[in-house]
Amino acid sequence: MAPPTTPTLAPPDAPPPSTDLADAEPDTGRKRGLTGYLLLLPAAVWLALFFVVPFYSLAATSLYDPSGSDFRGYEMTYAFGNYVDAVQEYWTPLLRALAYGAAATLICLVLGYVLAYAIAFRAGRWKNLMLVLVIAPFFTSFLLRTLSWKLILADDGYVVDTLQFLHLLGDDGRLLATPVAVVAGLAYNFLPFMVLPLYASIDKIDPRLIEASSDLYAHPAVGFLKVTWPLSLPGVVSGTLLTFIPAAGDYINAQLLGSPNQRVIGSVIQSQFTDAGDYPSAAALSMVLMVLIVALVLVYVRRAGTEELL
Amino acid sequence: MSAARPAARGTRPPAGRWLREHLVLVLGLLVLLYTFVPIAVVVLMSFNEGTRNVYAFQSFTLDNWANVCEDQSMCDALWVSIRIGVLATLGATLLGTLAAFALVRHDFRGRSASNLLIFLPMAAPEIVLGSSLLALFVAAGFSGQLGFWTILIAHVMFCLSFVVVTVRSRLAGMDDSLEQAAMDLYATPAQTFWRVTLPLVFPGILGAALLSFSLSFDDFIVTNLNAGTELTFPMYVWGASQRGVPMQVNVIGTVMFVLSIAVVLVGELGSRRRSRALSR
Repeated sequence: MAPPTTPTLAPPDAPPPSTDLADAEPDTGRKRGLTGYLLLLPAAVWLALFFVVPFYSLAATSLYDPSGSDFRGYEMTYAFGNYVDAVQEYWTPLLRALAYGAAATLICLVLGYVLAYAIAFRAGRWKNLMLVLVIAPFFTSFLLRTLSWKLILADDGYVVDTLQFLHLLGDDGRLLATPVAVVAGLAYNFLPFMVLPLYASIDKIDPRLIEASSDLYAHPAVGFLKVTWPLSLPGVVSGTLLTFIPAAGDYINAQLLGSPNQRVIGSVIQSQFTDAGDYPSAAALSMVLMVLIVALVLVYVRRAGTEELL
Repeated sequence: MSAARPAARGTRPPAGRWLREHLVLVLGLLVLLYTFVPIAVVVLMSFNEGTRNVYAFQSFTLDNWANVCEDQSMCDALWVSIRIGVLATLGATLLGTLAAFALVRHDFRGRSASNLLIFLPMAAPEIVLGSSLLALFVAAGFSGQLGFWTILIAHVMFCLSFVVVTVRSRLAGMDDSLEQAAMDLYATPAQTFWRVTLPLVFPGILGAALLSFSLSFDDFIVTNLNAGTELTFPMYVWGASQRGVPMQVNVIGTVMFVLSIAVVLVGELGSRRRSRALSR
């Protein structure tokens, strides 16, 4: 157990630890000593072995001689050409995945904001119940939910029939196997990732600030733009990140709801690894995806001006 | 609802105000409703007559519920997923809880680096996590032994961060005056931990465990890369989706949904009762 320390009357642990960037301020009320290391060690070792080291393996694999195979073994030749080849051959699935992810994130932001706002300010005592309901679908299999979208959007389903009846869709128009279906599926599947951070930061907004803006004759829309939106920005940033990153890497929606001719990068990486067995090229693509996402995230976070989030 | 009805403050006609206030709630409820449409389809289809690949509701039957394991390979895959889910949950919850205590309660060099290490796996796309693990297993010469254990290793890895974050927020938000009271009353550190700290953190640990199980049970992308010939439930569904999904899959989906709702509701009721008892 921890060495006995005199209980200090420090305030209960000020900021959540993820946000403090400086190491070890002296008066946080935290205990010093070896115990901290011992408690952290197992998790840190696990993550080092199975998250950090694999990342190094991925980088190394991406530079192997592309003519190697699982049977003959691979040779490290620093073949940077793997990257050029991979990007040249697969830049469309790469951009497509990023575009799908961005479109889905935008839809999630609109839907998620309405829902999070309603829960934070309008739900009253039903708040907790509504929050539970937001997460509830998340506990049913991702694949099954996506397969049900396949049923819902099917060519002779109600949705397509209705759209055709309203002439929003041509008589032989369809939703399945189109980018619309893929984006809709992604937006659906990742909605909770948007709603929860949005709710967390909208819920912190003091409603009196919004009242004050209306007392000062601000139109509700102006009040929203000048008060609510800026104050909810941290939630917007983390919600969009939590939605965009998995959505850009996902290939389940594209494969189940999209057209087989319009692959996304995740599906290319997967099949290069397991079907083609072309590890160097798959690893290079994986690295490119990771680097692109990190770069986009950094630019975005910088523009949003909330760097302290990471 | 009471919050939605503040005392009428005269700047707007009440009708317009009512509409404005309830419009957001109505829209929010519509969004919420939309998230349940696919679940409703899953539940409905579990009672559907028909074998595979039926795109419409034919007629009501309980056959799927009576013969869940008609396709034995589905139940085998389900059993694999449950075993991996339980083991991954145990491993990740144990390691993650220890780490959360270290990060909130202890001070040491490299705390912010550790926070970063724990944050990153949540921020990396699954396809990258999965492919880098596969690259490691292949480089280490395990490409022939991919299966149950490699899946388990991967699942503990990606569940771990979520456990740390969940338990950490519970710990950080906890008032430590009760612990101090226990210490003041001459409880030993061990007694304080087992009698006071752990019961207070327990809801957070339980929530983290549930989250881990559902993440593990549901994972496809990472698992598919590292599974070798092992077949988990999501992999079974994926494979079946190419040739037509048996209706029994919807039974499993329905059971999962009902079970998780029940667990969450019981937890919610329990914490409500506790907080009421405390406030008395």
